[in-house]
Amino acid sequence: MKNKFNLLILITFLCFCFIIFYKGLNNSSTYSPKISNKKNIPIFEAKDFNSDIYFKSVNIFEEDIFYIVNIWASWCVPCRAEHPLLMELSKNQSIKLIGLNYKDSLNNAKNFINKFGNPYSQILIDSDGTLSVEFGAYGVPETFLVNKNKQIIKKFVGPIDKKAIEEIKLIIK
Amino acid sequence: MKILKLFIIVILFMGFSHSKSDEKNIELKNKILKNIRCLVCQGQSVYDSESEFASSIKLIVDRKINENLREEQIYEFLREKYGDWIIYDPQLNKNTYILWLLPLLLFLFGGVIIFKKLNNQK
Repeated sequence: MKNKFNLLILITFLCFCFIIFYKGLNNSSTYSPKISNKKNIPIFEAKDFNSDIYFKSVNIFEEDIFYIVNIWASWCVPCRAEHPLLMELSKNQSIKLIGLNYKDSLNNAKNFINKFGNPYSQILIDSDGTLSVEFGAYGVPETFLVNKNKQIIKKFVGPIDKKAIEEIKLIIK
Repeated sequence: MKILKLFIIVILFMGFSHSKSDEKNIELKNKILKNIRCLVCQGQSVYDSESEFASSIKLIVDRKINENLREEQIYEFLREKYGDWIIYDPQLNKNTYILWLLPLLLFLFGGVIIFKKLNNQK
């Protein structure tokens, strides 16, 4: 009886270990923060890309429409890949794109925009990366979808693809 | 002359107290940075990391300390942005109950087994 009890405990323990390791193997080892709840956009003040004027977040997101906040840099290769898709998205009248130029040289960033086109209604400068932290980003490119209530409802880590564009279009419809 | 001496003493005292608070802030900053996980190079703390993300977080922590935010408030700010994972020291909540309670349960379970064995030997 006692041996059976010990065996049962041992089997339970081994099953427990197996489940833990099995689940662990299936999980990705790299963590990427997710947006579980709608978060309000951060309150900030940032320098405009085309002028030396500082804009407050309330003035940037003042219209009653959806906004896309896209973090990009001229030195970021994946940003080039997603740029044509952003250009396509910018044709949509019910959404405005705000660009956050991340830790970039102003000249290089301007060359990038001149070469590939400007999908953004406004570009803000994030020279030290702290503005991106306020948005909860940890790399570049990252894209945030902001709803009419000025809440971040979706986050795309890495370059956006056609699937992401379709998803955005479906949400803003 | 007396006024000049007094003035020098006050200046020295102010300088000393200022450097003392600077030292305290640096200590607090290092403590916080060692407890934040770098999300880009995930085996390292922000303190050890040289990534772009880590350098931005270092600036943010510095700014928050200068705004007189407490250590817990800075952790809360980062948790709100990136989730519990960013802090090395996890909080006790519904996602971490097992993490916190399992070692305690195993300890108690082992204690009971040892106690029973000792009782049986007697």
